[in-house]
Amino acid sequence: MSVALQLGIIVGYLVIALAVGLIAYRLTDRTAEDFYLASRTLGTVVLLFTTFATLLSAFTFFAGPNIAYAQGPEWILVMGLMDGIIFAVLWYVVGYKQWLLGQRYGYVTLGEMLGDRFGSRWLRGLVAVVSLLWLFPYVMLQQVGAGTALEALTDGAVPYAAGAGLITAFMILYVVVAGMRGIAWTDTLQGTFMLVTTWVALLWVLAAVGGPGAATEALASNPDTSQFLSLGSGYYTPQWMLSTAIVIGFGVAMFPQVNQRFFAAGSETVLKRSFVLWPILCVLLFVPSFMLGAWAAGLEVAVPEGGNVLPAVLAEFTPTWFAALVIAGAMAAMMSSSDSMLLSGSSYFTRDLYRPFVERDLSDRREDLLARGGVVVFASAAFVASLQRPATLFELGDAAFSGFAQLALPVVLALYWRTITRAGITAGVLVSQLFYISSLFVAVVPGSYLGWSAGLVGMGLGLVVTVVVSLVTSPAAAERRAIYFDQPGAD
Amino acid sequence: MRRNELGLWVAVGVVLAGLAIPWFLWGSAIVVAGLPIWLWWHVGWMGAVSVVFWVFTQRAWGIGIERDGGGDASSSPDRAEPTRETRPEGESP
Repeated sequence: MSVALQLGIIVGYLVIALAVGLIAYRLTDRTAEDFYLASRTLGTVVLLFTTFATLLSAFTFFAGPNIAYAQGPEWILVMGLMDGIIFAVLWYVVGYKQWLLGQRYGYVTLGEMLGDRFGSRWLRGLVAVVSLLWLFPYVMLQQVGAGTALEALTDGAVPYAAGAGLITAFMILYVVVAGMRGIAWTDTLQGTFMLVTTWVALLWVLAAVGGPGAATEALASNPDTSQFLSLGSGYYTPQWMLSTAIVIGFGVAMFPQVNQRFFAAGSETVLKRSFVLWPILCVLLFVPSFMLGAWAAGLEVAVPEGGNVLPAVLAEFTPTWFAALVIAGAMAAMMSSSDSMLLSGSSYFTRDLYRPFVERDLSDRREDLLARGGVVVFASAAFVASLQRPATLFELGDAAFSGFAQLALPVVLALYWRTITRAGITAGVLVSQLFYISSLFVAVVPGSYLGWSAGLVGMGLGLVVTVVVSLVTSPAAAERRAIYFDQPGAD
Repeated sequence: MRRNELGLWVAVGVVLAGLAIPWFLWGSAIVVAGLPIWLWWHVGWMGAVSVVFWVFTQRAWGIGIERDGGGDASSSPDRAEPTRETRPEGESP
């Protein structure tokens, strides 16, 4: 019964999503800008929820509660600082400036924006290659996750390859048809659904166990978890909490599907409202979701090997249909993140690699077609890779946030520091990427420095290299600094 | 004047980020109304952050980014939709 129900809910979601996509399709212009950015017309609610759903969905439902279950609820603080504050500040510092520049010059990708300023298609290509290097394995991880979840859900009736394949095929169809507008609309439904079901789940579980006081008391009296309530632990050290929050917070802002949303706001008012509401939205989701994970540890909810805590808690304390609804919603959420990544990945490929290096005078109409083709290629390649389950790609996918974070400081410098040169930013990007990748794969480069993570150290290194190289080189003839500094707000 | 104001907002941002985790409650396990006290602090702090962000959007939006940015300038109606300019010739796109 529950399997049929879960499948029914997933299929129901797919049908609703497709309907939304078809409505969005009817409203689209056939241009690349509309396909990628919904022609920069997103309103507050849609922008807020599409960013929210893209960023947080699968992680909030699965990995986050698992961490709280294993290590205690301090994870809420780390996520609150990382997403609620650091990312919000970057939303202004990076996002607002990017939005102004995008409005003025029509940029669609980060690489395009930097390439134009520094007069270099090679820099543009470099940013795209670095981004795709981290994005590709991350998309693959989502497919692996969805395929595995579907296999577990149906007790093997739908084998892994078929499940992952089905979901990939649906995502391709959906993204190709609906583009950014359709994705943003379904994300809005998704985000609302996530928020409501998480709170209902929390209230349901608390009603069953006798309220938050009783649940917390169970944590305190259980010898395994009595340490959970005091702030900090051997796992949650100040260095680790700060490293994680800073690196992931900056990484998020450089993730293509998030960064690209900086360009998509309809107006300045939309940006302002989203910025103000963002910290509240984060807290509203993190507290119930991660407290459920932490409380589950005190209540001795058993989690199967390799499984997730949230489904286990729901199975124990709520009716089957409700648990099925939440899990199906979480799987759908996983897909709603992946579809945005496919779209962004395709745009980085067509705009920053294909167009500048293969076919320079690409018409709008043709770029639109190519962009949709790019989605098919990107998704299929990630799916084929996911069948092989290569260890290297898994490691890259897990490290993607830190990998993207390496881009952040050179980009911030490019936006605000007049003295930066093409050589400076190129060196900063290359050195920090090489350092961080080495820390993953080369034994002599450690992953931790006095408790501070290699991701954070790499960011510092990128900053220093960018500054020093910029100071000792002079701008190339093709650089056009005026684009960033003399225009915004001048009219 | 604008420079001081920018410095002030940078300081505000650092404080907002710096106290999202209540370091002064490190090791505390006091429980209030069913939740650890440090979690209540965090929830209240995030609410306060949202209020400060709102004040920022009203008073200083554009600071550090637009040349004449922030404050009064934001009342200019044209600014919300700057016209798209054709790029000067150069390499790319």
